[in-house]
Amino acid sequence: MELKGIRRSYRLGKKSQIEILHGIDLVLHRGEFLALMGPSGSGKSTLLNIVGLLDRPTAGEVFINGEDTSKLGDADITRLRGHAIGFVFQEHHLLSAFTAAENVMLPMVVDHDFSSPAIIARARALLGQVGLDHVADHKSMNMSGGEQQRVAIARALAMRPALVLADEPTGNLDSEAADNVLTLMRQINRDSGTSFLIVTHNLELAKRCDRIIDVADGRLVMPTEHLEP
Amino acid sequence: MNRLLPFEWIAAVRFLREGRLQTMFIILGITIGVAVIVFMSALLSGLQVNFLSRVLNSSAQIQLLPPDQVARPLRGLGRELEDSVVQRPAQRIVSIDQWQKIQQRMLALPGILVAAPTLSGSALAVRGDASRAIGLTGVMPESYFRIIRIPNYIVTGKATLASDEIIVGTQLAEDLGATLGDKLNVQAANGNAAVLRISGLFDLGNKAAIERNSYVSLRTAQSLLGRAGAVTTIELKISDIYAAETLARQIAAANPVRAESWIATNAQFFTAVNAQKSSNTLIRAFVALSVAFGIAAVLVVSVIQRSKDIGILRAMGTTRGQILRVFLVQGGLLGLAGAIIGSCVGIGGLVWYHSLVRQADGSELFPLILDRQLFIVTLILAPLTGLLAATAPAVRAARLDPVDAIRG
Repeated sequence: MELKGIRRSYRLGKKSQIEILHGIDLVLHRGEFLALMGPSGSGKSTLLNIVGLLDRPTAGEVFINGEDTSKLGDADITRLRGHAIGFVFQEHHLLSAFTAAENVMLPMVVDHDFSSPAIIARARALLGQVGLDHVADHKSMNMSGGEQQRVAIARALAMRPALVLADEPTGNLDSEAADNVLTLMRQINRDSGTSFLIVTHNLELAKRCDRIIDVADGRLVMPTEHLEP
Repeated sequence: MNRLLPFEWIAAVRFLREGRLQTMFIILGITIGVAVIVFMSALLSGLQVNFLSRVLNSSAQIQLLPPDQVARPLRGLGRELEDSVVQRPAQRIVSIDQWQKIQQRMLALPGILVAAPTLSGSALAVRGDASRAIGLTGVMPESYFRIIRIPNYIVTGKATLASDEIIVGTQLAEDLGATLGDKLNVQAANGNAAVLRISGLFDLGNKAAIERNSYVSLRTAQSLLGRAGAVTTIELKISDIYAAETLARQIAAANPVRAESWIATNAQFFTAVNAQKSSNTLIRAFVALSVAFGIAAVLVVSVIQRSKDIGILRAMGTTRGQILRVFLVQGGLLGLAGAIIGSCVGIGGLVWYHSLVRQADGSELFPLILDRQLFIVTLILAPLTGLLAATAPAVRAARLDPVDAIRG
């Protein structure tokens, strides 16, 4: 994933506008485990939304798997987002109307239906991978915060994405659950080579990443620190 | 979960099931709306059929009458009018010229089932000191009773008309102090009189009719009214009652008679029926509109409540089209559920009301007509209304920006 000269500004009223990101260049290599840090309002979440193709930059280019996304239409962006990127949010955002297994299956039903044995098997396998195969048929409201976040991680991995974006994934968890979730993500990163870009305020968590990138006032603060080999 | 269904259907059903109370209330609203529409439509159909059968059972669908007698203005030698004011002459009782031929011609026409000649006039019915003015109709029972179903309205006696028999209304018999088998002295204006025995008493449910109408055989009437061999009316029964007016015009154009259809003679009835239909249509439209707004309101709320879910689904690659369909399916399903339950409630209400309301004589006020077409149309229109009502919320949901939606 590569960002080139990313700028993002928003209109304030009819005449004035405010720029949040001021020309960001960033390369995330395959298999990297990257932490994005910075104070509130620095533009971390905006950057994450642009990387995740949920938002479009005002200027600059986003390359995913070498493909320039600025030239893609909404349908292609949606398809690429669904196939290449997984999301883990601070709040788990599981759909309460569905069971844990069904939540994991949701990203896959864009191309298939729920009856596909391959989808069912993959959802079970992913839940097994995050240690939750025993709650596959439970609704999210009957699970703990840590369990819900692990289901969210399993859901993010459903489409075998090249990149998982996590926005404060441990922000709502106690230290033990947070540690478990991070260990899990790190393990997945090592086992499958999936890249992770994690937005966090937690320095301890960030220190366990390959690199830390600081964002301040919509700019990257160089140099980035390489922490783990 | 029924995993054979597409994602949109499963998500729609799950969302509806999760907002159970909301779903229940809107289905209740749709049910009431559909029930009102079904109940009112079926009730009005029944009442119309009832009114129609009453009208058609007591009068012919087409009446052929002798042409109007008109005065010919006196003209001078130079063909100029001598009198500027032409007075309309009194309409004497005249026979339809060559009525047998016309009757045969009518029976040969397609769509005409029965042609019954009658002779009508006024007379005085006398019994002892009591006397009443009556309308005397001479008929051939075998044809006339196939049009005006007097036998169905006989309350005492039989609908037989021998040459010395008369059938009278129950009120006339009561006024004359007569009953079945009693004899009445019937005197015509020309001085002719006959003593006739009451063979039957009828009750048409119409006071004027049971007070004045009486039926005798055609030959008896001809003899009494001094019109030997004459008939004043040929009454027709036709296969398509709504084609009566067109057929009447065709007959009048091709024969030396006036032809009056039941549609023309009951214009007020048709005005009432049309007014009823219009008001029913208006009520149905407003009920459907309120149901549609109800569905739309609930789905708009649902879109707001589920904006985070929608954002997550969009982030996971769910297309705008799929989101749109999730909410359209919800609207359609709500409409369908309301239509099915509402139809059942409507039918139930109608059956109950049908058993509850009766006419004074204990007979049904209206026939129970459960038209299959009404239910098919309801089952099609209600989900369609749901779909249409869901369009705006569904488009809104599909257009949600995932970032804004997730942020809430």
